[in-house]
This record gives sequence, structure tokens and C-alpha cells, in this order.
Amino acid sequence: MAEITLVEAVRQAMDEEMARDERVFVVGEDVGIRGGVFRATVGLYDKYGPSRVIDSPLAELSIVGVGIGAALYGMRPICEIQFSDFIYPAYNQIVSEAAKMCYRSNGEWTVPMVIRAPYGGGIGGGLYHSQSPEAMFAQVPGLKVVIPSNPHDAKGLLKAAVRDPNPVIFFEPKKGYRLIKGEVPDDDYITPIGPARISRPGSDVSVFAYGMMHHYALQAAEKVAAEGIDAEVVDLRTLYPVDRQTILESVQRTGKALIVHEANLTGGYGAEIAATIVEGAFADLDAPVRRLTGPDVPGVPFSHPLQEWFMPNVEKIAEAIRQLSKW
Amino acid sequence: MSTQVIMPQLGESVVEGTVTKWLKKEGETIQEFESLLEVNTDKVDSEIPSPAAGTLLKILVPEGTTVRAGTVIAWIGQPGEVLPDSPAPVDLHAAPAGRPAAVAQPHPAGMATGRDRDLGFISPVVARLAREHQVDLYQVKGTGEGGRITKKDVLAHLSAGETAPHSTPEPAAWETPGEGDLFRPTELQFAGGHPDTAPAHPAPAAVPPATPPVAQSDPRAAARSASPAPVPLAGGRLVPLSTMRKAIAEHMVMSKHTSPHVSTIMEADLSRVVAHRQANKAEFERSGSNLTFTAYFVAAAAAALRAFPLVNSSWTDQGVWIHGPINIGMATALGDEGLIVPVIKQADNLSLLGLARSINDLAARARAHRLQPDEVRDGTFTITNHGIGGSLFAMPVINQPQCAILGVGTIKKRPVVVEGDAIAVRPMVYLSLTFDHRILDGSSGDGFLAKIVEVLEQWT
Repeated sequence: MAEITLVEAVRQAMDEEMARDERVFVVGEDVGIRGGVFRATVGLYDKYGPSRVIDSPLAELSIVGVGIGAALYGMRPICEIQFSDFIYPAYNQIVSEAAKMCYRSNGEWTVPMVIRAPYGGGIGGGLYHSQSPEAMFAQVPGLKVVIPSNPHDAKGLLKAAVRDPNPVIFFEPKKGYRLIKGEVPDDDYITPIGPARISRPGSDVSVFAYGMMHHYALQAAEKVAAEGIDAEVVDLRTLYPVDRQTILESVQRTGKALIVHEANLTGGYGAEIAATIVEGAFADLDAPVRRLTGPDVPGVPFSHPLQEWFMPNVEKIAEAIRQLSKW
Repeated sequence: MSTQVIMPQLGESVVEGTVTKWLKKEGETIQEFESLLEVNTDKVDSEIPSPAAGTLLKILVPEGTTVRAGTVIAWIGQPGEVLPDSPAPVDLHAAPAGRPAAVAQPHPAGMATGRDRDLGFISPVVARLAREHQVDLYQVKGTGEGGRITKKDVLAHLSAGETAPHSTPEPAAWETPGEGDLFRPTELQFAGGHPDTAPAHPAPAAVPPATPPVAQSDPRAAARSASPAPVPLAGGRLVPLSTMRKAIAEHMVMSKHTSPHVSTIMEADLSRVVAHRQANKAEFERSGSNLTFTAYFVAAAAAALRAFPLVNSSWTDQGVWIHGPINIGMATALGDEGLIVPVIKQADNLSLLGLARSINDLAARARAHRLQPDEVRDGTFTITNHGIGGSLFAMPVINQPQCAILGVGTIKKRPVVVEGDAIAVRPMVYLSLTFDHRILDGSSGDGFLAKIVEVLEQWT
């Protein structure tokens, strides 16, 4: 087992899937000769050539549209949206075409496509390079929405996404691309889409998170452990379909739930988890379900102090755990 | 638009309430249904939820003040709002506009969830654990925010209970009402507060300590109280008065000032009652009822009250008011907290089984602080069962505005002379009747008590 970065895990997954299945190809802005702005496709152009690693125009609608068409003709496209902030021009293609194709053709046509999109703030990217739009996709049946939090899952889930017959939106925590390192098996493996993972068992408070916030939640849990608070951390990994059973079982043990995401509060994905908990584990609750999220402002500010104000971080999560623990 | 907070009517016959505590200060914000204040009616406390979200703009009724139900007691709205000068009284029976209806609702009885004055917020899981494991939450120490009882507190309480099983004091041989603590001697109930037993003169003066310990209460506070102030001696401490303690004290003094108390004592041979109880106890248990001796005394009193309606009465300046229904209160001890008298309404309409059920239920809920305000009102006669503590007989204080109170002593086997001048061993009890001499004379009081004795001795 080798320790690699999260972005390297993404690169390896694509490399291995392209080697395994010649129907797999990559399309996106600067993914070819440049190797991607985050270097996620570095080396693939040299290895697989311009017909399988396609530099697209700056037009997300066409990247996804090409992907849908190719998928319908039996290919296995991996579309890269350079920043998830740029995904909105493609939203119509994703929601109206990709998500509905299988349903409206009564299962005759499927769109086995992956859309990779780096998401999240805290990297000084300002309003247009920091967004977390996962909630807009996690409420669209017909899509699968996956967000890995570590190299092992990034590689395993991306390989599973490539092999999945449905369109999968694969959000990657870009702040963690090089920050988050971990061991990854040398042999071929997949991490199934669907199940959440209890990454740190605990008894006092359940913390639900994904992506970068899961990374911080683990650190926050260690921090409060030194103060005698035993927090359980659950990595949701797949937002749609969500693993309700693991969520409810965790709350049944701890009686308290904290949900963390950096996307804004109102209508955010945390609301879905909170409702799931209240509906399915009401009699097990010992405190109100709490959400720690980005504030309801239009974007992550560019100014560094304001970005700090916006982003949940280890200390904010630790404080939320403390408050909930003593409630 | 500001919202009125009105004194709710916490029961059909409850016409007024006392504001015991405001849980919010003027200017503080409050959520709809968040607890706003505590209201006391008789000895029952209720927490009143806010009818609206906003800011508590104005408190109109200060703590400790009693007002009629329907009185506007506060305003909730947005800061800076202009309030009406003289709020119109609210007719509780008219269809209330907007939210106040929610305020007028008394807390549902026996609900394990929700808010309660003493327990604080009960979370769903705490409610469930308490229900599943029959935990009396009043016995659980809360360590959460503001003393809230957390899930962990209940689990800790449960695991502590496994190692140290709850020890119930051995009930007297003759009485097992509920968990055996239904009644206690009046001496204990009124210890220190009983006007008759209070020392006529304060304790001999001693030199107060020059520098009282920090923890000691301010002696000036004691000096401000209305009663003759005891001189604070070194090493003593002041126990603050609970609402219940104050209510008991005021009622006892008022009662002794109101009625000329006369007591009469008789004894009853309970052979037939004991035999009847022995024969029927198991059957009652099968129907879920604990057949206590209390049920027999209530039944006998109800029969005697029917035969002597004059005892089921109240003195008024216009005349003696004979009550229609026979509602018998039973003094229920709550340990050091005090005592409360839940009332068995229309006791003469209940069978022995009905009485046993009613007694079990009222006693259990009295101890759990879950009585409804209505359930401690409208008594027309009271029984105090001081025999549980071993007391032979006592002179109870009349529960105003009733005419009389029956004291039941301990049931003891005694040698008695029976027919044919033989000596036999019989379960005997002393019954004392304290009555209002304005209404009854000795002979009528004795006639009533003799009727109770007759019912008990002739029990079939």
C-alpha cells in the first residue's frame, strides 16, 4: 500500500479504468496537454492519446452534452468540469437529459457517465472558484452524487462511478487534493456507491460530514476527545442515494447529531439529513439536531478574513461538538 | 402586532392563578411555545408556554401576585411597539382570537414528554427511557445545560439502580397503599410549622457569632420575616420556603384561626375489614388494583357523610352550606417537600374497586407531581392516614373550608373484651374526627364518627 494524495488517487482511478476499458475517455477543459489545472489527468494524454483525452472548448454545456451522447452510444465518458462553479451551464443537460434518460426510455437507454467537479472553498478562490453546489444535484433522482473525503475512497468510488450504468456526479474536495493523503491498495478495488462509513466510532455526539468537512470533523473529534468528549464521525460518501440506516443507527447510539457542510444553510444537504434523523430516530434524540454550515450569503468571499468567517473549520466544528455534548 | 399573554384557566374550577416565576425578563426574546412563566394554582405548579414568538415587552403581573384567569399578564411583540393602555380582559369562554387558546390549555396529564417546572426540558430519548424502564425522573440528577436531564443521566441512574436496588421502607402490616408512603403522621407533616407545636417563645438568646460563616444565610433576611424572628445561633442554617411549604403554612394558620377545632376519638374493630381485604386482595390485584385499607376508610366515610350531610358542609356567614357531591380528599405525603391533598370526586358513587383504583392513581400521580389543578380542588371532607407512621391517634387540622377531617391511626392487634366478657385478639384502629364546632356539636360529631365505626365493623 502506498500513501498518495487525493488528487493522485483520482488520477490513478482514471488511468486504471482507461487501461481496463477502452470505452472510457476523458473530456474537459485543459485535461489533455496541460494535464488538468489540478493535475488530475496528468500523463493520460501521453498514454492514451488525443482521441481518449479530449481538450474541450470553454463550454460546460457541450462537455456534458458530448458525454451524454457518447454514453448513449456505448462509451464511458468522464467529463471534467474544471470548477464546480462552472457546472451551471450544463445543469439543463444533467437534469433534463442525463438524469431522466433511463426513466423516460423505460430502461432501454442509460447514460453511464461520470461528471467530475472539484468543489469547495477555503482556497482563496473567491465567489467563482469556491462553490459547493451538491444540494442542487442530490435532489435530482436519476443522478448519483458522490463526494469522497480521502484517497482510498476517491479512487474506489471513482472506479465504481465509471462502472456504474447511471450518471454519477463526482464532487472532489479541491482543498484536500494535496492536503489529504492516505494509503491506497495497490490492486484493483472499488468502493461501492451508497454506503456511508463510520470513520470514528464514538458515543456522545454523531457528526455527519463529507468531503473536506469530514476531514476537519475527524480532526475536531480528536481535539474534543482530549477534553473527554467521545464524538462519532460518519463519512456520508454518497449523498444520493443516502445511507439512511447508518445515519439512524448512529443517532440511536449517541442521541445527538451535528451535520457539517460548507455549502450554505438554507435548503442545504444538512436539512435532508436532519429531517431523516427526526423522522427515523425521534425517540432516540437527546438534543436538537444541529447544522454547522456556511452562511446564507451568495458566495465564499475573496477576502481572507471573510473567507475564514464563511468556512467551517476544525475549531468551529469542535465548538459545535462541545455545545451539543454539554446540552 | 403585539400579543397578549393571559392568565390561563388551568382547570374547569380553577378561577385564578399565582405568578410564581417569570422565566424571561422584559426585553428578552422568546420563541413560540417556549416556557414563559410558572403559575401556581393551589399547590400545583404549571409552566406556561409563550403564545407567540417575539420580545417580552412588558410584564404586567409581578411574581407572587394572584390574578383571575383571563387577566392580561404580559405583552409579547417587537421592540419599540406601542402597547394599548388598558388591556381588555379576555373571556376565556369566548372563541379566543389567534394564539391565546394555546395558552389556555392546561398541560396534558401524564405526558412523559414536554416541559415541566422541576425537570426542565425532557428530550424524546429521555422520555422513552423513562417510560421503558419506569424511571421516576424526579430521582435523576440532571447534568445537562441548566440542569437538564440527559440520556446519559438516565442511563447512569439505571446502572446505579442495578447495583443498589431501591429499598422500600417496610410498610406497616396493615397498609400497603401504592409504595407504602401514602400517608404520614400529622406530627411529621407539620413538624415545626404546626401552630400548636411551635414554641411560644423564641429560643433563649445567645450571642450571635461575630463573623458568621460565609455560607450562612443573611440573618437580616430571617429578621424581615413576619414570624417572631429566631436569633440565629452559630452552626444553624436557613431552609428557604418552597411554594408548597408556604401554602401549607398559610393554610394551617388560617385554618386554626378560622374554625374552633374539636376532636373526638373512637376505636373500631377491623376484623371484618381485614377478612374482607384478605379474601379480595388477590382478585383486585388481577384487575390491576392494589386494595388498600384506605379504600375501606374512604368508603366508610362516604357512607357516613351520606347519612350525616351536615358534616359534608362549609360554614358561611349566611348559613351552613351543605355540599351536594361527596368529594373526599386524601392527604398524601411528599416527603420533606410537604403534602398535597388530591380529591376523590363523588366518592359515594364509587365501588370499593373504583375507590382503590382512584386512590392508587391519585397517590401515584401526586408523588410524581403530575396532578391536574382540578384534582386538588373541591374537596368536601378529608382523611389523613397518619397510622402509616405508627401513630395511634392524632388531632389533624381541618382542611378549610371543610367542616371536618378524619384521622386514621395505626391498625394494631390488641386484646379486647368481646361479648360474653371474653378477651379476644382483634385488629383495632383509633379514629379521630376533628370538626368545626361552629357547624357541629359534640353529639353530632360523635354520631358521624360512630357511623364510620359501624360501617367498618359491620363490613360485608
